Amino acid sequence: MTDETRSELEEAVPEEEVVERPLPENPVLRDLFAAFEDVEWVSSRGQDVARVPKQRWSEFGSAARAAGYEVCADVTAVDWMRQRPDRFEVVANLLSMQHRLRLRIITTASREDPTVASLVPIWPGANFPEREAYDMFGIEFEGHPDLTRILMPDEWEGHPLRKDFGVGSVPVQFKESHKVS
Amino acid sequence: MTEDTKTMKTLDVWVAGTEEPEFAPTDEGAQEISIDESGPRLDEQLGRVVEDDYVFDDDADADERMILNMGPQHPSTHGVLRLQIELEGEIIRRTKPIIGYLHTGMEKTAEQLNFSQGGTNVTRMDYLSPFHNELAYSLAVERLLGIDVPPRAAAIRVLLTELNRVSSHLVALATNGMDIGAISMMIYGFRDREQILAFFEKTTGLRMNHNFIRPGGVAADLPPGWKDDVSEIVDGLPRRLQQYDDLLENNPIWVARTKGVGVISAEEAATYGITGPTLRSTGVDWDIRKTFPYSGIEQYEFEVAVGENGDVYDRYRIRMDEIAESLKIIEQVMDTIPKGDYRVDDRKVTPPPRARIDESMEALIHHFKLFTEGYKVPAGETYVAVESPRGELGCYLVSDGGANPYRMHTRAPSFYNLQALPIAMADSLMADTVATIASLDPVMGDVDR
Repeated sequence: MTDETRSELEEAVPEEEVVERPLPENPVLRDLFAAFEDVEWVSSRGQDVARVPKQRWSEFGSAARAAGYEVCADVTAVDWMRQRPDRFEVVANLLSMQHRLRLRIITTASREDPTVASLVPIWPGANFPEREAYDMFGIEFEGHPDLTRILMPDEWEGHPLRKDFGVGSVPVQFKESHKVS
Repeated sequence: MTEDTKTMKTLDVWVAGTEEPEFAPTDEGAQEISIDESGPRLDEQLGRVVEDDYVFDDDADADERMILNMGPQHPSTHGVLRLQIELEGEIIRRTKPIIGYLHTGMEKTAEQLNFSQGGTNVTRMDYLSPFHNELAYSLAVERLLGIDVPPRAAAIRVLLTELNRVSSHLVALATNGMDIGAISMMIYGFRDREQILAFFEKTTGLRMNHNFIRPGGVAADLPPGWKDDVSEIVDGLPRRLQQYDDLLENNPIWVARTKGVGVISAEEAATYGITGPTLRSTGVDWDIRKTFPYSGIEQYEFEVAVGENGDVYDRYRIRMDEIAESLKIIEQVMDTIPKGDYRVDDRKVTPPPRARIDESMEALIHHFKLFTEGYKVPAGETYVAVESPRGELGCYLVSDGGANPYRMHTRAPSFYNLQALPIAMADSLMADTVATIASLDPVMGDVDR
């Protein structure tokens, strides 16, 4: 192989490998996403969405907080059953009052291991919504100070918003009903 | 003297004044009283990081400490809110809100109803501001569908939601007054609200739970003579508001029981996701109507009422001012409401007009299909937030391409605002509890859904 052909090859290979990673236009968001190689930016009907790998959920949250997202407006989950490889999606809506921006961060959790790092150490306001997501979907938030049921009775079995939890086919459970004779 | 006896001696019973001081008193350390501005400590002091470092004091006398259950049937908890309050004498040390008594699984119900039926479900969540629930839901569906409502529909939406804000704030003032002992305020607040609800009944057929704002527009046009009804409200209310202001503002008991009570700082409000009048009372100029406008509300001129101290009094003041600002918007809507259709001209969403059904078989079938099967919404997910009387009311909607929402989640403002209750009530007097709860204005239907 001559030097010329080698240099041609070397030039050609990087050009193929470089795939333009889509990044948002807003400078605040662009800087945030540029720091995380494995976080995917999606525009969902004009709204900024970050698809975050589960291991980096907490790390990305801290970075978002440092970037000016001082409010965690909402944490919830979606159960995709068999439609997607990972059953659960955990969704958090972040709000930056100083930049007037919103950002939705989404991560996935599998059927076998529905654990996600808690956002409470970053935003204390994630306490109630994470308890709700635990109550409704059975998602375990690691590092949550008080992960207990919030809306359903403590003795309730199952997680009502999961897609395999039937509607109208469940006998009514009353709290401590067994004690009443 | 052995080593053992030496150590024994130091453990002797201490008698005041007998020992020599080990260290001469210096002024060393005096500078440490000033604020430690190192990063983590400052975060803690400003409330950005809240650490629950409470340690139960075992030595405290059982007489001094007790846990009191307030609710869920207590009349001043605005529904079925239960509070576990740990008291030391008359001082509240810790509070734990316990919720869920009104949970009816409305998010699960939403998955069983199709997109056009969903409005009947969401309107029952926050029963004091049903129009805002319907609006957030409809905006989310419309965003997924990719449709824009006609200008007249948007103006009707603004008119109704702002009237709803007035009626909701009137209830907040009324119940706040009643909880503190200003019973007349309760009667006046509900009287004025009734006038607005009468207009809602004339327009939608129902005083509450209207299902009037629907994906694609509104259910019907405004009734004949609506301008007279609305101008009666708009003309009469400011004078009466002034009376209520005189009634409460000049009442020393009211002022003493609200000023400096239930204080929340701006930093705490942000970290706990607190929105609405409670956030604005801390001095943060944040209103979704201004920052992320919806339904063309940016065309109307209004001010955002902002407080400074974050106490019960400021929240009361803000609600009073917001009523006045909402009335300004309503007046502008009345003057500028455009003519035209009140729902989108998209046959995928809007049923054919009544007259067409009589003459066309296809129109009849189409009408039937729309109300039985519903319309399909493209797959996707979106989050839309509106400024409800209680704060940011969001709707997170996921569609998988079918006729029913795959997931509908409501970001209920009261749910988040309740997280502020332990902060606002910490180290305050037990007697201030009801004032603080009333000033947050929680609606339990909104909290528990």
